[in-house]
Amino acid sequence: MTDLNTLTIAAARDGLKKGDFTSAELTEACLTAIDAADALGAFVHKTPEKAMEQAKSADARGEGGALNGIPLGIKDLFCVRGVDSQAASRILEGFRPEYESTVTTKLWASGAVMLGKLNMDEFAMGSSNESSVYGDAVNPWKVDDRKLTPGGSSGGSATAVAADLCLGATGTDTGGSIRQPAAFTGITGLKPTYGRCSRFGIVAFASSLDQAGPMTKDVRDAAILLREMAGHDPLDSTSVDIAVPDFEAALTGDIKGKTIGLPKEYRVDGMPEEIDRLWSEGRQMLVDAGAKVVDVSLPHTKYALPTYYVIAPAEASSNLARYDGVRFGRRAVPDQGDGVTEMYEKTRAEGFGDEVKRRIMVGTYVLSAGFYDAYYNRARKVRTLIKRDFDEVFAQGVDAILTPTTPSAAFGLGEMAHADPVQMYLNDVFTVTVNLAGLPGISVPTGQGATGLPLGLQLIGRPFEEGDLLNVAYALERAAGFVAKPDRWW
Amino acid sequence: MSIDIETARRVAKLARIRVEDNDLPALAGEFNDILGFIEQLSEVDIDGVEPMTSVTPQRLKRREDVVTDGGQQKAVLNNAPDAREGFFAVPKVVE
Repeated sequence: MTDLNTLTIAAARDGLKKGDFTSAELTEACLTAIDAADALGAFVHKTPEKAMEQAKSADARGEGGALNGIPLGIKDLFCVRGVDSQAASRILEGFRPEYESTVTTKLWASGAVMLGKLNMDEFAMGSSNESSVYGDAVNPWKVDDRKLTPGGSSGGSATAVAADLCLGATGTDTGGSIRQPAAFTGITGLKPTYGRCSRFGIVAFASSLDQAGPMTKDVRDAAILLREMAGHDPLDSTSVDIAVPDFEAALTGDIKGKTIGLPKEYRVDGMPEEIDRLWSEGRQMLVDAGAKVVDVSLPHTKYALPTYYVIAPAEASSNLARYDGVRFGRRAVPDQGDGVTEMYEKTRAEGFGDEVKRRIMVGTYVLSAGFYDAYYNRARKVRTLIKRDFDEVFAQGVDAILTPTTPSAAFGLGEMAHADPVQMYLNDVFTVTVNLAGLPGISVPTGQGATGLPLGLQLIGRPFEEGDLLNVAYALERAAGFVAKPDRWW
Repeated sequence: MSIDIETARRVAKLARIRVEDNDLPALAGEFNDILGFIEQLSEVDIDGVEPMTSVTPQRLKRREDVVTDGGQQKAVLNNAPDAREGFFAVPKVVE
């Protein structure tokens, strides 16, 4: 029999139903794989007792929710009651929430099993998982001696899924943090429409952009997991009160007559040839599947990253003001005579990493008196224009937009250490527009570059039409036939 | 717009993050890289454009104005670095 941890959610669900194996066996297979994969730095807080307890309950229940007995990994950004939840930051050291995020509440109610917390960039700020207090997560894909980044911020989630340490994982995406790591590790990652999943209990980075979503081994699993994560929540006033459809039922693979747009602005200077070729191949796959492909224009694309790097830091500076060493987390040891202000300043100086500090301070600056209009308000107006670009393309009858997910394949850990911060930000050039416009976007592994590293294409859909989007992604997945797996070296 | 060392010091103070004097020049340099990048936004014609307040076109939901939670002092204080007699404890605030 195949190693159970390598199964997809759909295959495990069917196997459990038929009685081929138990959730306890499935969970043990994952726990064994996790213990043998410490070199990947994916799981940062393991919860084997909780996992086995949930697995045995799932077995005892027999029939349960859609995820009954399915072992998952949870990004460290999600609060899980009684389990260390520190957003990969030193400042939340020792924090064990007294409450549970709505998304994880729903997963447990559906019968899912929690294997542990997954590595990420500190407060989800980063594109390489190198800003984590736990150390780097490492991409299971390797082409030479170098250790490669799994991307970020959901780097641990991507690594865990790609290395078969779990059947699926939760991620969050503020500027590309689900889709970019999915592309770097050869898995599927979906950022739902803003408002589809509740943000309650997920450590906030930039509240108008943050959205939780599934990271899985294929498109079908993304559909299954999204349905269990999504839904209105009175505890998040931005979660939308509309029905959650059966996304899996939308996966017919039939996209005849669908119109797919290719935005010319995504052909950026210096894009590697292999990315350009992948994009053309993806286009052809959709044409062969019966879709009509048209060129479209999203004229404000080049302003998306600068807009993001005003809005996200501004919101972060406000959200992260709560980490003051008073109510939770770590407090700096005060010196003789220190007052409360010194306590705040020292706590935040030693609790936050460099990138987080940088973004808080940039946010503080763009919101400060005299600069609010010039930076923050201007960025919010450009954001309106970026969203309008998409509205106009969809109004022309376009059903989905096809782009590369990332401007390159995975790079080596440490290779960006001496670049200026803006160089790292360019990783999100194709994904960040989607957050600014609040749209659903999915990265599908579609091919391998010259060195053999996986590459992904992104599909962007209409708001709240994840079912349609997943179906186009399913058609692309079937045409691409990406089945490669990393050779195990860990 | 260029950020000098004094501005970097002021921003760090506003953000309540202690930055040592000898780290301020590097910080100011990074701010300038990032703000130089952001500066592109000044090219965009934003005349008559409304700033975005919500990316989804929904009205915020309302609910009855009633107490829905409370009475959880222990849970609230459980994660505090220093809690005493039912309060969060902090260093002296008033001289």
